Amino acid sequence: MNGHATGWRDLLERAERGSATVAEGVRLLREAPLFDLGRAADAVRGRLHPGGVVTYIVDRNINYTNVCSCGCSFCAFYREQDAPDAYVLSEGELSAKIVDTIAAGGVRVLLQGGLHPDWGIDEAVRLVGTVKRHPILLHGFSPPEIWHFAHRSRMTIGEVIARLKDAGLDSIPGGGAEILDDDVRRRISPKKIGWEQWAAVMREAHRQGLRTSATMMFGSVETPGAIVAHLQRVRALQEETGGFTAFIPWMFQPGNSALSRDPRFGEALASGFGHAVGYLRVLALSRILLPNVPTVQVSWVTMGAKVAQVGLFFGADDFGSTMMEENVVASAGVSFRMSEAEIVATIRDAGFIAARRTSTGGGHSSAERKS
Amino acid sequence: METDIRRIRDKVEAGERLSETDALALYRTRDVLAVGEMAALANRRTNGDRVYFIVNRHVNPTNICVNRCKFCAFSKGKDEPLAYTMTMDEILRRAEEAQAQRATELHIVGGLHPDLPFDFYLLMLRSLRERFPSLHVQAFTAVEIDYFAKITGLPLSGVIAQLKAAGLGSLPGGGAEIFAPEIRNEICPEKISGDRWLEVMEAVHAAGLRSNATMLYGHVETLESRVDHLRRLRTLQDRTGGFQSFIPLAFHPKNTEIAKGYTTGLEDLLALAVGRLYLDNFRHIKSFWIMVGPKLAQISLHFGVDDIDGTVVEEKITHAAGAQAGQEMSVAELVTMIRQAGKIPVERDTLYNVVREWPAEGQPTA
Repeated sequence: MNGHATGWRDLLERAERGSATVAEGVRLLREAPLFDLGRAADAVRGRLHPGGVVTYIVDRNINYTNVCSCGCSFCAFYREQDAPDAYVLSEGELSAKIVDTIAAGGVRVLLQGGLHPDWGIDEAVRLVGTVKRHPILLHGFSPPEIWHFAHRSRMTIGEVIARLKDAGLDSIPGGGAEILDDDVRRRISPKKIGWEQWAAVMREAHRQGLRTSATMMFGSVETPGAIVAHLQRVRALQEETGGFTAFIPWMFQPGNSALSRDPRFGEALASGFGHAVGYLRVLALSRILLPNVPTVQVSWVTMGAKVAQVGLFFGADDFGSTMMEENVVASAGVSFRMSEAEIVATIRDAGFIAARRTSTGGGHSSAERKS
Repeated sequence: METDIRRIRDKVEAGERLSETDALALYRTRDVLAVGEMAALANRRTNGDRVYFIVNRHVNPTNICVNRCKFCAFSKGKDEPLAYTMTMDEILRRAEEAQAQRATELHIVGGLHPDLPFDFYLLMLRSLRERFPSLHVQAFTAVEIDYFAKITGLPLSGVIAQLKAAGLGSLPGGGAEIFAPEIRNEICPEKISGDRWLEVMEAVHAAGLRSNATMLYGHVETLESRVDHLRRLRTLQDRTGGFQSFIPLAFHPKNTEIAKGYTTGLEDLLALAVGRLYLDNFRHIKSFWIMVGPKLAQISLHFGVDDIDGTVVEEKITHAAGAQAGQEMSVAELVTMIRQAGKIPVERDTLYNVVREWPAEGQPTA
């Protein structure tokens, strides 16, 4: 009835030690009993976070522009520069959002945007300056944006990161990772940086002392092997730098995207992991394969509060953020909302201790318990 | 693993009946994986990997109700602006649509209308049988049956016999809420008592009709009152065997008089899993996707659930109280969702006869 009896224990242990092959990882993802995966993931979480603390952060998600030259087929958010609903936030609008955020108790801004064809490092630095005039942490610019600024301003990514850091950038989000496999990327985001360029930004950010998260968007056209390879690549990079604070797997939301109309997506859907049970399996395997990343975060934004809560039993120790606004997933027709009180009540109902993170990094060490 | 849970697991593995103390321990534990695994084991013994769904259509002929339960956002007084009563034609038109969509069941429940006579309902059943003989009519909660007895002065057995003769096929399980009088007095003081609900169901089963049983949770009830509710259901089922499925219903707070949040995912999964484990004489445990959302409903297939309800098409009661799910799921969506969970989709009729079974891939066999 458990891993001991069904023979999955050895493989689960090897996966955790990092010595499972991609094929073995795929076997776990597809065939291991759901509760064996859950229990193994829960054991890793319990070892890393023995106090039963689940963290969250009060922050605001701000997308400074929806103009993007990348045009990924899975994205329902981006617009061409001349589209009637294209926008770039003005400094005034951005400042007003930050003032609101601070008034609502927010400690951080998550700032991401499209790859605006006219934007380079100067525009990015000005944006950082606008944010950092306020007493608030800035978690901003995913690797594709960093590359875009470097390309536009003819700089190295090291120079871009140094300029942004000097201007006050506190940490970098792990977006744009999608699946760290160039075959998959060619199909869903051909104009986006390749996986090695994503890794290069993270390596350089970590080298310069910035902490980052790492994400994975699954449930599009990737194979199970690509999911496992993604996890192994994050693990290897973390072995090298130790700079990742959290891993956030999230499920592709097909609404309003070009990809949802692609017949290959329909085929992948039948055998893929883009569904609630698949989410729990991927979440658990992420925790098992990444014991060197402190935190695994649930995505209530894509899965809803109920499934996110169940995710706390499948390896997750962080409930993400209050968001305050969310534009990207909402463009795909998904609009779950959670207040801080709801997040705290949901964590407690699951028998965990809720703690509010006050910094972007390391999670638990800087968290204060809600009592 | 907690000692209580270990002891309960031994019982489940040995196929022994659980006690009320066990059920309470299961509701209280946060060893969710252990509970899920036990419920999955108990379910697999009875149903294998099969997960049932039905192509059905809900019809709520009226929202006018002489009872005003505090948890209900659907009911209206006769003169309120949003009050409605369908004409016979409107009901028949929905049946016609249902038949065109290959439905096998109409699910009809409504308010306790102050003026509609019992004959209206008999006429509705006869008209449906005459025009749509292939549609099974599952209709009237125990509360409505009791109301018919009241307005006609007939005994329960007389009311049920007339409804059956007019074409009633089976009864849903609504109106059970929580049986415990102290809870019932608080949330639905005008509604029939728990004892009366059980008495109606016993009479229904005695007349040879099957029914379902529900439990409304997530409002002001205690865990003890939930266990008491399950105990009474299991006791009656031992006597009659007439219940087909147990359906826990998650309380939805919007537009109701009970100030409470939505239920959590964990609460939903435990309500289902404990139902599977304690109600060992119920063959089917149903997760109503409209109530818990399609995503959690899919996960519940690993927590002891073998039935995910159906296509529904039009749902008014839970949506009045803030349900976030849609009102309709296509057969293709239901089949995909069940398959993705690693289970075998089986389209059933109301009485759980197999209409079509889907293989692991491809098209169904009749």
